[in-house]
Amino acid sequence: MLAVAVVAVVSLSLSYWYYTSATQKLSGTIEIDGSSTVFPITQAVAEEFQKSNPDVRVNVGISGTGGGFKRFTKGETDISDASRPIKDSEAQTAAQNGIEYTVFQVALDGLSVVVNPSNTWVDYMTTQELNLTWRPGSPVDSWNDIRPEWPNQPIHLYGPGTDSGTFDYFTEVIVGEVDASRPDYTASEDDNVLVQGIAGDPNALGYFGYAYYAENTDKLKVVPIDSGSGPVIPSDQTINAGQYTPLSRPLFIYVNKESLKRSEVKAFVKFYMENAEQLVAEVGYTPLPASVYQENLTKL
Amino acid sequence: MQSNNELEAKKKVQRIREWIIEKALFASAIVSIFTTLAILAVLLFEAAGFFQTVSIIEFFTTTVWTPLFQPQHFGVLPLIWGTVLVTLIALTVAVPIGLGSAIFLSEYAPDQLRRVVKPILEILAGVPSVVYGYFALTFVTPFLKQNFLPDMIVFNALSAGVVLGIMIIPMISSLSEDAMLAVPQSFREGAYALGARKHEVALKIVVPSALSGIVASFILAISRAVGETMIVSMAGGSTPKLTLNPLESIQTMTAYIAQISLGEAPYGSIEYRTIFSVGITLFALTFAVNLIGQWVAKRFWKRY
Repeated sequence: MLAVAVVAVVSLSLSYWYYTSATQKLSGTIEIDGSSTVFPITQAVAEEFQKSNPDVRVNVGISGTGGGFKRFTKGETDISDASRPIKDSEAQTAAQNGIEYTVFQVALDGLSVVVNPSNTWVDYMTTQELNLTWRPGSPVDSWNDIRPEWPNQPIHLYGPGTDSGTFDYFTEVIVGEVDASRPDYTASEDDNVLVQGIAGDPNALGYFGYAYYAENTDKLKVVPIDSGSGPVIPSDQTINAGQYTPLSRPLFIYVNKESLKRSEVKAFVKFYMENAEQLVAEVGYTPLPASVYQENLTKL
Repeated sequence: MQSNNELEAKKKVQRIREWIIEKALFASAIVSIFTTLAILAVLLFEAAGFFQTVSIIEFFTTTVWTPLFQPQHFGVLPLIWGTVLVTLIALTVAVPIGLGSAIFLSEYAPDQLRRVVKPILEILAGVPSVVYGYFALTFVTPFLKQNFLPDMIVFNALSAGVVLGIMIIPMISSLSEDAMLAVPQSFREGAYALGARKHEVALKIVVPSALSGIVASFILAISRAVGETMIVSMAGGSTPKLTLNPLESIQTMTAYIAQISLGEAPYGSIEYRTIFSVGITLFALTFAVNLIGQWVAKRFWKRY
């Protein structure tokens, strides 16, 4: 009698285990943190992924590219969103902590300069004008300090904080040195705060990732950028064709190799690459050619 | 009847127990002192490292604070001023309302009303500071912007200061009220007998007699306001500057320390060390406020 019971229990458990692994019920938690620019993409992927894998929790934070790397290089997160490549010092910290990682390029961003919709005088801005406005010790206090024809109204600047990868990138390509910026602007790592601020201030000028403009085209006006060959508006065509310079930049995710050994993380990254082309476009950034995503899949 | 030996043994056990309890209580007291000294030691040690690179003169006299930008400047005055500005705004809100509530509750309110209003005021003290910060950012700023100041920007000293003031009201009202209740009733009765009106009794007899306790409540509220981090981080901004305009965004010492600690400054770098130099400045400021408070309280203290 006991033997029958034992056999029954064992075979039931075996068939349940086989059933669950056959239907691939993934479970676990995936920790992601980093760039607020990349956040909309990763969040969209996470939402879709969790629909088909309800037992997996994906937590996506927005500590900024730098803040994200700080956690990633300590092994606190599985994936780090980044709007700039990892710095040497951060890579060193990772090596010291025995963290190995793989980089995946996921999208292109046309970093956008925006103004309030009631700003009628800005038709375009040159990179020299942006440099003049944003560099340390800038003499610009009013709009007519940039261009004399513009009105004599005070200019209010908005931008990401110093932890932001967007800040690092913008200062490097516009001002010429990383972290070199005038400090008297409204800073926030949360791009939504910047959107609100600029949308409510007629004298505002700010910059952030294109997706935040794309989501708020009714509240913001994007500024065409002239880097020597005429004003260019950020769009999929101009970014892919390399015309929107110097503000086109690649967006990355860095994945901890140790984490990749977990089935739920591997499945998530695979899902990411398989759906990036569509989701990146939905979010508002420029997707990479399909070949890049295919190549990313081979790295798994 | 116990034998002599048994009695001796019992006494010895009791003595040992007393000794253990005394030492245990002493140890508890020592832990707090030791913790304070340890914090001070860490601050001093790391700040010393900072001051080897940046001169103390430059730190305390120059007026630009940009350790996270290139080029770096290390003048702490804008941060100190940010703290002072927000605290001043908080006091202009909290002192009239707090003292007014205290006078009302101790001199005018019937007992029933007092028993209802006082606990409600204390609820204000129980609200977490992060909730206050959120309140400032999502209610106070839009409210002020829509109805009074259309040019207001999202981060500013005024919203942070006002909400900070609301947070410290219970400190002032509670302690001042206790101080006023301690004034003997005979003082009031004597004044009434001389023909004084109720408001004269309240303002010219009770408040001056309770001044020591009232000032102590102010000092406590100031200390609290100076040390507050969450509200000013969320609503005050992150742009240190010396400005008299409360509608501009500023940064307090506490908000700066929070920003750096949560950010990406590498361990051991000069940016990291600013945590400790600003920390020790904050510590010194709070300590000074407490010393002044103790001196003032002692000066005005009257025994009844």
